Amino acid sequence: MNVLVCVKQIPDPNAPGKLDPGSKRLVREGVDLVLDPGDEHGVEAGLQLVEKDAGEVTIISMGPLKALEAIRRALAMGAHRGILVTDPGLENSDALSTARAIAAAIKGKSYDLIICGTESTDGSSGAVPAQLAELLGLPLLSFAKKLEVAQGRAVIDRQTDDGYDVVEAQLPAIVTVTGGINEARYPALRGIMQAKNKEVKQVGLSDIGLDGQAGKAALTQEVIDATPAEARKAGEVVEDKGEGAKRVADFLKELKVI
Amino acid sequence: MAGVWVFAETVDGTPKPVVLELLTKARALGETTAVALGPGASKSVEALGKYGAKKVYVHEDPAFREILATPAVDLLTRLIEKDKPDLVVFGMTYDGRDVASRLSARLGTALIANATDVTTRAGGWAIVSPMFGGSLLVTTVPKATAPALVLIRPKAVAAEPAGSGGAAQVEMLSDPVDTGKPVARVLRRETEKASGPRLEDAAIIVSGGRGLGAPENFKMLDELAAELGAAVGASRAVVDAGWKPYSFQIGQTGKTVKPTVYIALGISGAMQHTVGMKGARTIIAINKDPEAPIFKLADLGVVGDVHKIVPQLIQEVRSRKGK
Repeated sequence: MNVLVCVKQIPDPNAPGKLDPGSKRLVREGVDLVLDPGDEHGVEAGLQLVEKDAGEVTIISMGPLKALEAIRRALAMGAHRGILVTDPGLENSDALSTARAIAAAIKGKSYDLIICGTESTDGSSGAVPAQLAELLGLPLLSFAKKLEVAQGRAVIDRQTDDGYDVVEAQLPAIVTVTGGINEARYPALRGIMQAKNKEVKQVGLSDIGLDGQAGKAALTQEVIDATPAEARKAGEVVEDKGEGAKRVADFLKELKVI
Repeated sequence: MAGVWVFAETVDGTPKPVVLELLTKARALGETTAVALGPGASKSVEALGKYGAKKVYVHEDPAFREILATPAVDLLTRLIEKDKPDLVVFGMTYDGRDVASRLSARLGTALIANATDVTTRAGGWAIVSPMFGGSLLVTTVPKATAPALVLIRPKAVAAEPAGSGGAAQVEMLSDPVDTGKPVARVLRRETEKASGPRLEDAAIIVSGGRGLGAPENFKMLDELAAELGAAVGASRAVVDAGWKPYSFQIGQTGKTVKPTVYIALGISGAMQHTVGMKGARTIIAINKDPEAPIFKLADLGVVGDVHKIVPQLIQEVRSRKGK
């Protein structure tokens, strides 16, 4: 069983993000970049599948050269090889352009299952997996909080507003996984050492036949403005010295809740 | 007049609340058409008309309910190529996101997600989406060919019935649905029933985070919620840890709520969470960390131990109700 896991390198979500006032793009300089924590669950899900069965986990990412670090992290967790789609022409790609680049980069390769996070933690539009599914003509099992693969089929528990649906598709298929699907492993020292020798193939736009058809050249949308939202004003903050509960109850009474 | 379409998700013939919000926004932007798919969809026509749909396309094939996204994308593609609307809006729901994203790849059109507002601008559209937990409002304009596809967050617009206008014109469709290609098929549906009001509709929400320490401590939240007639919610950290099912999750990947009162217990207030609840009219927070970002949003914040304060609060509420 061969699994492809799509990952993204993002600014550390624990440090608040900033937009560049000129380009209206995410500021990437001077911030720590990490493998999207949501994607760690995708890598973990892929590893569990090949550990149970046989086969390999390939990691793919699109981004600047620095995104290699995110791929290395996934390799340190145990993934077998990586593909980095990187090209100056891919700068400023929107979701559809990203999906097209990934689809083009894996053309001719066959994976039984492609795993993605439900959405990136920074951009959070969550569009790429379904766009990729459409471009590749594959069924999409989305929002999986449980994944099982057997006899050429994948079955998931797909989260819904008030519970979950059990959904199945024939392989090959794409699955998006939520954070609840597993506990992602932490790379061991041995894994980190081994990751350095694992193959990561770098491909550019000309390698994947998308010269002049990606990034800025293929934008479907443009950010024209970014302004700080009106912030909520902080109210009163009191320290509990035994009267905290009473203070809250008084406030609830004021609000006519009780 | 611009053609503005609404993807009208229905459950057993009743439009999802977000659909009425979408219609309220759509009718201010142009001539509104709703597309309602699945068994019982025709029953939704009256409500859709009441909220501003001039026309409703209805297709009641069970495949729209049993197969994820692809039958809806096939049909929408045919209808869009025929009628050429300028804008199609979807709720930022599980199904809405799958359908809109697939459709954007099929048509090669712009897809803008997480929107809270759509306005007209220089003959086109300008879409506002919050970023970084709502601290920044980003305005995006679609550049690709029409229609622009926009995913609007639930509760971004207050639903109001249209003042005027008669019943919507209905067109029943019966085109065959292609079920032959590889699809994702729903085998069965499970509900994780919560007691009390639904999170989306609740006027009061009591919500718990990792600061509760252990799943069993949610019991005191249930108790407090029962006293207040509130719904119980949870942060992503709690859901990821498996303490509560996903249906409890409030925030970026969970639900967006707008209650009158939101009581955050042991929730630090990561942006992931606050984006889903900062629209609450009043926020009360109890957390032991005085630096927790939730205190920057709270109308009343108490720095202290939830394990001590919540049981006391339950007693206080009981005694006040007794008076």
